[in-house]
Amino acid sequence: MKKVYIKEDVCIGCGLCEVYCRLKHSRSKDLVKAYKKETPRPLSRLRVDESGIVSLSVRCQHCDDAPCIGACLTGALSRDPSTSLVNVDEERCIGCGTCTLACPLGVPKLDTAQKKMVKCDLCQDEEIPVCVANCPNEALLYADAPEESPAANKQAATTVQ
Amino acid sequence: MVATRKIKYLIIGNSAGGIGAAEAIREVDKAGAITIVSDEPYPAYSRPLISEYLAQPYPVEKMAYRKPDFYEKNRIKTLLGEKVIQVDPDKHTVKLASGTTLAWRRLLLATGGTPILPEMEGDRLKGVFTFNRLDDAKAIDGFLNQYRSKVRAVVIGGGLIGVSVTEALVRRGADVTIVEMKDWILNTILDEEAADFEVQALAQTGTNIITGHTAEKINSYLPGEVCGVTLDDGRVLPCQMAVIAIGVQPRLEVVSESGIKINRGIVVDRRMATSAPDIYACGDAAEAYDFVYGKNRLTPVWPNAYEGGRVAGLNMAGKSAKYQGGTAMNALKYFGINIVSAGLVTPPDDSYETLINRYNGIYRKVIIKNGKLAGLVFAGDIEKSGIVYNLMKDGVDVSGFKEVLIADDFGLASLPDLVWRDWLVGAPPEGVTVVTSIEEPEELVIGD
Repeated sequence: MKKVYIKEDVCIGCGLCEVYCRLKHSRSKDLVKAYKKETPRPLSRLRVDESGIVSLSVRCQHCDDAPCIGACLTGALSRDPSTSLVNVDEERCIGCGTCTLACPLGVPKLDTAQKKMVKCDLCQDEEIPVCVANCPNEALLYADAPEESPAANKQAATTVQ
Repeated sequence: MVATRKIKYLIIGNSAGGIGAAEAIREVDKAGAITIVSDEPYPAYSRPLISEYLAQPYPVEKMAYRKPDFYEKNRIKTLLGEKVIQVDPDKHTVKLASGTTLAWRRLLLATGGTPILPEMEGDRLKGVFTFNRLDDAKAIDGFLNQYRSKVRAVVIGGGLIGVSVTEALVRRGADVTIVEMKDWILNTILDEEAADFEVQALAQTGTNIITGHTAEKINSYLPGEVCGVTLDDGRVLPCQMAVIAIGVQPRLEVVSESGIKINRGIVVDRRMATSAPDIYACGDAAEAYDFVYGKNRLTPVWPNAYEGGRVAGLNMAGKSAKYQGGTAMNALKYFGINIVSAGLVTPPDDSYETLINRYNGIYRKVIIKNGKLAGLVFAGDIEKSGIVYNLMKDGVDVSGFKEVLIADDFGLASLPDLVWRDWLVGAPPEGVTVVTSIEEPEELVIGD
């Protein structure tokens, strides 16, 4: 599967990834409306963490061990076997936040208005995710993941085969 | 009657732990026979959703923990509504209440918890309930439906279950009084300050909270029916129904005479194996490794049940998996207020350091011992709490950057890069096609 890679050394923390993500998840697809008029407010599925000169555009990594899936109280989170993506069934999500507590990146975001969790689906209806497509500094890359990703190594540490 | 063929994997319990184990077994062993037996007549459902069910409208189908074809697709045989009464570790059999004996090769005890019921006068009256399973929610629902006027309820115990049933009852229009023995509600999972978020929310709904007292007896005027609850100070709270929610304990009756080692729960090692060969345990029934305490403890929460079941399942299927450990972890969303906590919520002695940040109605607290996290409470804004939880789980020494953990602008970038680099996917592999922006950036003309 393809994943989004972060090149934090060239990320300038401009936040355009967040802007385009929010726009993508708006109903109006209009930037001003998305930010100022729409209720419930569309939420960005990613966030930019900054500290000093370091900035990181963080989103769901669809980890191999995905602790959120096991933590989910309702079964709303699952891995799609065809795409390997970790998906949330918004019908069954109650927005409790257990996944937020379980995620090492803290990325599951609660839409408090809708009482649902929202997360990145790597823009399944786009050729490449809008955050990557609109990153002005090529700090985000969309590329095939190697067979063993770091998350898988972490799992291997706990599962001695 | 003794079944001649041995079931390869027999799982007692059809909730988070049992399902976690069955899924893990199927990842490794596609063919070995799996049977799940449960005294509940339903396909696995999300137990925490019973409060949504009671609050209404929430259809039972939406409570399903797995898709309707789950059992069929994974070729799992179910014996639902069948109660196991005895486990025989030597003969590798279990006896069912219906008289059947099942033989197994590997057994998982995912029997869950059962409400603690104190000896109390009036606890058998109609209108006295517990709140742990779907049938409890159905019973309360049926009771409420008899009334056209406002129902008054007393909830005995202000823990997670007590507050869950209170929220549901309030949403059904009932007048509720919570009676909590300790100084504040939710005291095992929240400190007093975070619990106060809930107290404020409950107060707004008109819910009455009495702390520092216990219920002595449940009173009856009309034969068999509840008319009130008497407290230890003699106060009488008139009500039509009472919910006993003072806690849960591991459900151990099936193993009590089996010789399997039991402390407060079924003792398991890091492989989730019990003291008896080929028998594993997980979930609320088991006493498994707690990484905050560094020893075995009961941590009756859903995510740990699933993870423990998963580890048990892998080992049952012949892999060698180790349980990294769990700790108490809870996410609350009563009345729209999000709170999470994990590990310790109040330091037990002064060898612990506590850091707190209160800002704009948001509360963040971490507890640290010897440089390592031992607990966290986030209220009002729980985003990124998972970063702190996993620092605790992985035993990362946070002494060099502990202040940032509770900062308003906390994020991965606030941590040493060694920490987050591990968690992010890192550099893309060499020699793969890298896709970036689709269009060439337009040439900017300054002043245009």
